[in-house]
Amino acid sequence: MMRLKYLPLAALLALAGCGAAGGSADTDTPATLPYVGNTEPTDGAGQGATAAPTKVPPFRLHDQDGHLVTNQSLAGKVYLTDFFFATCPGICPKMQSEMLKVYKQFGTNPKVAFISETIDPDHDSLAVLRDYARRLGVGTPGSSWRFVRASRDTAFTLAAAYFTGAMPDKAAPGGIAHSGTFALVDDQGHVRGLYDSLNPQEVSRLQKELPVLLAEAKTRQGQPVAAQP
Amino acid sequence: MPVRFYLHLTLVAGLLTLPGCFTNNRNQGERLYGQHCASCHGEQGQGLGQLIPPLAGSDYLAQHSYELACIVRWGLRGPIVVNGVAYNQQMLGVQDTASHHHLSPAQVTNLLNFLESHWGNHPGPAGVRTIAGTEAELRACGQQ
Repeated sequence: MMRLKYLPLAALLALAGCGAAGGSADTDTPATLPYVGNTEPTDGAGQGATAAPTKVPPFRLHDQDGHLVTNQSLAGKVYLTDFFFATCPGICPKMQSEMLKVYKQFGTNPKVAFISETIDPDHDSLAVLRDYARRLGVGTPGSSWRFVRASRDTAFTLAAAYFTGAMPDKAAPGGIAHSGTFALVDDQGHVRGLYDSLNPQEVSRLQKELPVLLAEAKTRQGQPVAAQP
Repeated sequence: MPVRFYLHLTLVAGLLTLPGCFTNNRNQGERLYGQHCASCHGEQGQGLGQLIPPLAGSDYLAQHSYELACIVRWGLRGPIVVNGVAYNQQMLGVQDTASHHHLSPAQVTNLLNFLESHWGNHPGPAGVRTIAGTEAELRACGQQ
C-alpha cells in the first residue's frame, strides 16, 4: 500500500526525465529588478544600513571601428553584454542569434546598448570583429551593438565582474569555457539581471525585464540628481 | 478503489513516457541534428546572418547532394554561396569535435535523411539515402 502510494510520483519523475513534461508557469514581470552581487553592508554598519551595490569596474575597450567604449560612454544607458569569440564552435552562434533577437526589439532605442566582448583577442582583431558584425547584419557605423576587444586578462576579469563566467579551458571546444550568460546592466553600471541565452524562457524573461530597467532609468533621469558629498 | 485509480494513473503516465524514452531511426536524424548541428545552424536550420549558412530551403544542399556525407564528417572551409549569399567561414566545431568523426554511416544517413525531408529540402537525385550509399560517399572522400 505504501509503495503503491508513491507510484504516481515515480511516474511523474519518469515523465520529467524523458523530457516529455515541458513548460512552466509564466512568472509575472517584477516591478523592479534586483541588484546582482554584493548588497550587504561591508563596513560593519548596523541593521538597516544600505550598502552601495557592486558596480562594474572601470574599463576602456575598443570597438570594431576603433572607438573607445568606457563606463562613461555607456553611462545613462541600459546595456546588455555577453562574452564570445568569432571562431567559437560551441554556444556562441546560439548566443548571438538570441542577442540578435533582443537587438531587433530594442536596437533602435537610444537608451539601450549591446556590447559583445571577445575573449579571444589574439584571433579576434578589430578587423575580424568588424567583419563578424557585418556578417551578422549589425555592422552599420551607428549601430548600438558594439563588438569590443581588450587584453585576455581584462576580458576575463570583466567577464567575472559581469558574473558571466568565461575562463580558459583546454578541454572546451575552442579552448575557452564560458556559460552563455547575458548580463543586463543599468544606467549607473550595476548588474541587474543575468540570463541564460541558451534557454528560450530566460531570453523572453530578459525581453520583459529590460523595459523595467528602462522605466527605472527614465524615472531616475527625470529627478534632480542628489548632491554628491 | 484509490489503489486501482493510482495504478491506472501510473499505467497511463508510463505509456505517455514511452515515446520520450525510446528512440527509433526515424527520430534519430532529428536527435543528431539537435546534438551536432543546431547550436550553429539553428533549431530550424535558419543559419545566422552571413556567418553561418542556412540548412533550411538550401540550394547548396540540393546541388551538393553527393558531398554532404563528407561535409558532415569532415566539415567545410573556403567560400561557398548558399541561396545567393556568400559565406566564407570554416565550418566550426567539426574539426574540434571527435564526435563528428565518429558518426557512423548509419547516423550520417539518418541525419541527412532528416535534413533532406524537412524545412523545404528534398532528397537528392538518388532519393532517400541508404547506409550503403553513405558508405560509398564517405569512401570517396577517403574515410569511411
